[in-house]
Order: sequence, then C-alpha cells, then structure tokens
Amino acid sequence: MTEIKANMAGSVWKITVKEGERISTGQDIVILESMKMEIPIASEASGQVIKLSVSEGDFVNEGDVLATIE
Amino acid sequence: MFEKILIANRGEIAARIIRTCRKLGVQTVAVYSEADKDGAFVRMADESYLLGPAKVSESYMNSTKILTIARESKVDAIHPGYGFLSENASFAKKCEQEGLTFIGPSWQAIESMGSKIKARKMMENAGIPVIPGSNTPLTTAEDAALAADRIGYPVMLKASAGGGGIGMAEVYNEQELKKVFSSNSKRASLLFGDGTMFIEKKIVNARHIEIQLLADSHGNAVHLFDRECSIQRRHQKIIEEAPSPFISESTRQRMGRAAVKAAETINYQNAGTIEFLVDHKENFYFLEMNTRLQVEHPVTEEITGIDIVEQQLKIANGERIEYDQESLFITGHSIEARIYAEDPVSFYPSPGQITRWELPEGIGIRHETAIEKNSKVTPFYDPMLAKLVVSGSSRSEAIQLLNDALEDYRVEGIKTNIPMLKKVINHEKFIEGTTLTSFIEDHYLPMLSK
Repeated sequence: MTEIKANMAGSVWKITVKEGERISTGQDIVILESMKMEIPIASEASGQVIKLSVSEGDFVNEGDVLATIE
Repeated sequence: MFEKILIANRGEIAARIIRTCRKLGVQTVAVYSEADKDGAFVRMADESYLLGPAKVSESYMNSTKILTIARESKVDAIHPGYGFLSENASFAKKCEQEGLTFIGPSWQAIESMGSKIKARKMMENAGIPVIPGSNTPLTTAEDAALAADRIGYPVMLKASAGGGGIGMAEVYNEQELKKVFSSNSKRASLLFGDGTMFIEKKIVNARHIEIQLLADSHGNAVHLFDRECSIQRRHQKIIEEAPSPFISESTRQRMGRAAVKAAETINYQNAGTIEFLVDHKENFYFLEMNTRLQVEHPVTEEITGIDIVEQQLKIANGERIEYDQESLFITGHSIEARIYAEDPVSFYPSPGQITRWELPEGIGIRHETAIEKNSKVTPFYDPMLAKLVVSGSSRSEAIQLLNDALEDYRVEGIKTNIPMLKKVINHEKFIEGTTLTSFIEDHYLPMLSK
C-alpha cells in the first residue's frame, strides 16, 4: 500500500483519477494549485486507487495524504 | 488632491502605494483577506477592512465587497495596483458609476487593450509595427492550422483574453498545434472566461523591451524611456533593468515615439506600458499594452527621478503632467531582481513560515516588500516576496551592487530564487547585456545539469 502525499501546501485544483481505477507509476493523480501555479502530483506506485482522501477545492498542507494506492 | 483613497490590492504594491499617499497627505484604506490579516500593508494604512476568506474570488477579486467598503469608508478614489482588478474593465466602469475615481485609464481603454486581437488591429491601423499574425479570432484547431500555414512556423499560440503567459504555447508544426490548441483554449476559457485564441509568428532571438508612458486628461503624453525585461521564466519576468543595454539611442527614440502614438490612438490616460519584442536588427514589434502600474516600475523611477504612483494620482485627479518630453532624461542605471518564494531548480513554489529576514542596506539599494521577520508566506497568492532594486552611475556598477546585495540577503525558513538570481547576474551573457528571452532555457537550465 502506498500513500501519495502533497509535496507542498495548496488547494486541490483537479483530481484526475477515480477510486477503483488502475493506474501506473508516474501517472498524475491530483493537480494542486499553489501560488498561482498548478503542480501535478504523480503516483509513485502502480496499482489500484483504493481511496481518494481529498476533494476538488480542498486545502491541503505539505505531507497530507491525497490518495492511497494498492 | 484626493483626501482618501482605497487600495484594492495586497503585499508590496499596497505598501508602495501607501508610501506615496503619505508623502502627498492622502489618507489610505487597506482591504485584506483573512490570510493577510497580519500583513504590514494592513497596519500601514490609516484604515483597514476585512474582505473575506483567502480565496481571491472572495477577497481581492470581490468587486462588490470592495465597492461597499469604498462607499462606507467614503473614499474619493480606488487604486487597483497590478494584477487582481487592475485590468478589469467592468470594475473600472462600476467605479465610475459609483462616482469613484478609478486610478488608471478609462474602462474603454482597458477593454480595447484587454482583447489582444483587438489591440493588435488598433496598433496596426495606427502604423505601429505588430508581429505578423492572425487578426481574426481562432476557435478551432483547423482554423489555427490554416493561419499558421500562412504565417509560417514556428508560431506562438496565445489566448486573446490572456495575460501572464497563461494559455501561451510555442508551436513548431501542425501536429503540435493541433495537440495543444484545445487544451490551451479550454484553460483560457476556464481562467479568463474566453477561449478565443490567436497566432503570432515566433520572433527568434527576441528581447523583451517595454516603454513606460504617462498620459493626462488634457491630451499630453510622454514616455519615461525603456525597460529591458528579457530574463523570464515561464513567461514571467525575474530581472528587469533600465535603460536597456541593447538598443541604440535612435531605436530608443523611435520606440518611445511609437509608444506615445499608441497611447494617443486609444485616447489613453494615466500610467501605462507598451511591451515590444525587439529582434537582433533592432526591429521592434508591438506585443501588448499593460493598462496599469507595472511590477517593475521602480527601475524607471530610479533613472528618471519620477514617482510614477504620484503621477498616477495627479493624473487621475485631473492635473496636467508636469514634464514635457525634452525635459526628461536618463540618469544612471537601475536593476530590479524579484525575490520569489520558490525552489531555484524546479521553480516550484515554496510557501511556509519565514524564520529569518534580513535585508542589506546602503546607498543605491531600495526594497519593495511587505514581508517582515515573522511573516508567513501563504500558498494563496503570487510567490513574489520582495523586489530588490539597485541603482548605480553605470550598468557595471549596478550589477556589482546587486551582486553584493544578493550576497547579504538573508531569508530562512522557505526556499527562494536568490541562488538562481546570483547565477544569472554573474553569467557572461548578462554582464555583456546580450540576454534574450530564451536566456533561462539557453543558459541557466544547462548550468544546473552540469
């Protein structure tokens, strides 16, 4: 099981995967917006998205879990 | 002069405007979001009012709330600063309808320059050179491909309502164009409410040089010379200087005259900037007009001795410009470095708690900032922390001063672009004054991978 965490504070601009979806390493799962810049967060693992912990518009801090991959 | 004005902005530019207001004896009203409640600019103002949550749509872009505060605090005028509502024609119009003076041009002038396609046409008709491009709105990838074929690749794909490099793409062939068209158009419609695109020929080996203008309501217009802004990342400026080390005196005069003509063509009033691209033969092409105060205005103030914010207030108050073109001249050289909260390698933003903030002081050093020792840099707004502005009697003196000042600049707790700025200003191309808009890609990024 791999937790994908935010590497900086910002708001969730877009979620690009769905729960249950199979994804591969390097695929973008969430796009954060911080300081007027969009930062794609890619998955570090391949597998199934078992949980999305955030919704679009949510504010996240550095280190917050965005999604869980198994 | 106005008795009291409201500043519809935040951070360093709000602080900058308040300073001039104090000098002129004008009272100030600051507005701020919850994220900025401890901001220096809030304390500097004579009165301050909370706008709402951090989100810009609920704070600095909330024109209804801002106008309500303006009414209740009984101000005479609103200064929009840059960004946010500064180039929003409908906000300027609403101010007028409320009987408030908008410190800037008329809403009609903002509107005509806000559409990049319309602006291109107006400038072309006025005899000002524009970049070869499409003068009709492009709404499909097929239309765009036809236009690009006519102009010849490489081309720049741009959003008509765009700005700040958003929605812009450099395209080398039809396949690439078709690939990026829909995504860029979609982004433009999402961000600007208008997905209309246009195409311009890509000017290779280009420099970004702009002319500062002042125009009053009595038909007088002057230019305050040029600024060289070629050092950019993601189409955003990082280092600006005045005057440009590249153009000859005769090109400077020709560009200045073209800019004044552009202002007269659209009956422009207040401070404004015409941005040009300049090729290696010193041919210059109209890029766009910024109908507001620019971030980099201090370098022009340094070489002319003119307080541009003061001129904005006086012009908005119906006064005449105190200068004619012949009485204006350049003294010395000035450079501005933008200090950003960002990783110097990935350019990713770096919000967080500042733990150390010590700025160098001395002759020829000017700071524009609203950051203090214990400031927290939030992720909600632009990453610019401060502007470091130096001036010397010559360009080499200014570069030396900037280098020394950057060495003594102490910021801890967050990452900044200071290491990058030092590398850039010590690069031989920068020292020679031969930098192009592609400098970061051509010289800085390769330095990192060495």
